[in-house]
Amino acid sequence: MALLEIREVTRRFGGLAAVDRVSLAIEAGEFFTLLGPSGCGKTTLLRMIAGFDEPDEGELFLDGKSLSGIAPEKRPVHTVFQSYALFPHMTVAGNIAFPLEMANRPREEIARRVRETLALVHLDEKGQAYPHELSGGQKQRVALARGLVNKPRLLLLDEPLGALDAKLREEMQVELINLQRDVGVTFVFVTHAQQEALALSHRIAVMNMGRVEQLDTPDRLYTAPSSRFVADFIGKINLIEVEVIDASHGHLGLRAAALGEFAAEPVPGVKAGERGALALRPELVRVTERLESVDLRNRFTGRVKELLYLGDVTLYKVQLDGGFVIEALLTNAAPGRARLFKAGDSVTVAWRHDAGVFLRG
Amino acid sequence: MDERREARESGSGGWTRWAVAGPPTVFLLAFFLVPAFIVVAASFREPGEFGGLVPLAAGWRAAFSMEAYRFLSGDLVYAQIFASSFAVAFATTLICVVLAYPLAWLIARSPRRRRDLLVLLVILPFASNFLVRIYAWIMLLGPANLLYTPFAVIAGMVYVHLPFMVLPLYTNLEKHDPALLEAAQDLGANAWTRFWRVTFPLSLPGIYSGSALVFIPVLGMFAVPELLGGTGDILIGNLIKEQFLDNRDWPLGSALSIGLTIAVLACAGIAAAGARRGLQGTEAVS
Repeated sequence: MALLEIREVTRRFGGLAAVDRVSLAIEAGEFFTLLGPSGCGKTTLLRMIAGFDEPDEGELFLDGKSLSGIAPEKRPVHTVFQSYALFPHMTVAGNIAFPLEMANRPREEIARRVRETLALVHLDEKGQAYPHELSGGQKQRVALARGLVNKPRLLLLDEPLGALDAKLREEMQVELINLQRDVGVTFVFVTHAQQEALALSHRIAVMNMGRVEQLDTPDRLYTAPSSRFVADFIGKINLIEVEVIDASHGHLGLRAAALGEFAAEPVPGVKAGERGALALRPELVRVTERLESVDLRNRFTGRVKELLYLGDVTLYKVQLDGGFVIEALLTNAAPGRARLFKAGDSVTVAWRHDAGVFLRG
Repeated sequence: MDERREARESGSGGWTRWAVAGPPTVFLLAFFLVPAFIVVAASFREPGEFGGLVPLAAGWRAAFSMEAYRFLSGDLVYAQIFASSFAVAFATTLICVVLAYPLAWLIARSPRRRRDLLVLLVILPFASNFLVRIYAWIMLLGPANLLYTPFAVIAGMVYVHLPFMVLPLYTNLEKHDPALLEAAQDLGANAWTRFWRVTFPLSLPGIYSGSALVFIPVLGMFAVPELLGGTGDILIGNLIKEQFLDNRDWPLGSALSIGLTIAVLACAGIAAAGARRGLQGTEAVS
């Protein structure tokens, strides 16, 4: 039995469905992420799990028991808020003790568990400090400690890293992974940052316009997106509009107006004449000097239009002779790479026929 | 870099600062500090035959006399009036807190567009004359046989001072982050606990400033007890007014004023010390 089951849940605001017939199951011990752009319904869904909002249709089950009509304070579900929402008039220790006091734990147990939890988030020295004396990262850790101290069945995290700067955010990501593994509490994490979701999660539900577009592991989402939305939302990708011209020879023959003909892996059920898009990750696109021999059939010539040097990698935008601009990501330190290309260089662009994913529609 | 900018600002700010701060400083010196010294000096002199003070030419006793203070400390009735004045001020403040809190809370919770209107309604009574409003209370309390009682005095005091409690409380409550209450609820607190553990402690600064705005004026107020109270409901304010206008004993009136000032300052000092201890950490919100 799943720890949390969301069954056909719909929530409307003024006739508009913020969450539209969402069904999913979250297993105990999982680091589960709801990922999507703002307004996709992920926060509404989170608030329904916490109890601050009730679904118009459908039901939520925690440990097999319905959550409908159960007030937030009665749910064994705690939230780490985006703004942290630390109590400014209480010390760090007072903040962390709060949920234990609400649960009427004995005084000695509260003291011991506050101490343990402070150690868990590396704030042993800060128990007597007030929230306004802490840095952003420290506040974040207090909020986590307060959410975890009473061992909730579920910890909900609402964009908790949004307010941190890039370097701190990366550190906190590593800490979050370790923390979740150590305490074994199930995390439901809400974010619009796809890299964060990929880095942290066991499974990700990508949401768009109130619906779950795809629910999968991070690597499956990245390498095998099931829709244009998911392909485009997660990472960088080339989306090439194509028409299927041949589906009979163990591969897909595709034709793109601004490019020409090329091949891709077959997709069950796809027939000649269908339209769709080929989703191709930039790092799977090879760029070589025009005179070099390339043993790939998907091969086009063009000129480097723009490039973005990023230190470890360079992102090239190559205008192909057919007019299409393709993005290619090349590692700068690859063996045998004599030099970087410059804008205006004539190059050959190629990719393996199984590099891209054909998406229907 | 910051230091240099600060230096430049304070350098050029030399005369600007005086241009801004000068007039109010001069005003306060001339019309607040000087009169205060005159009151102190008057309390150590002898009353003149027809009011005012005995001319200094009448000898050294005219310039310095402890007579007013001796008189005050000689009669227990003055201490009793001080005590009952503090009791009335304390009761008024407490009732104002209890009445103003829900009102301020409701205003702070109402839709943003309606808040300004509600605040306007709270201060609307100020638009009509103070004495007229107290006379209205005479009309209200008379038929109910409550006029000239301690109840009438406290009712009048509460009525006059309630807005001074509502406004600072509202300003405080309005700034509370609703996420804090959500967090408390999420962590297991019911409505009652949410109020006592989150809303109330965070509103203490509002309660303190509202209390100061009510307690201190009530101590000096003489119109309300004079119009609504009976003979036994005399307060320090009435006593002081009487010395100046009826008994024409300026030194005694001055000595009473000084006693009142010292008592108020002592109260404010104790309250501030208490507030500082209770306020740790709330600066972030208020």
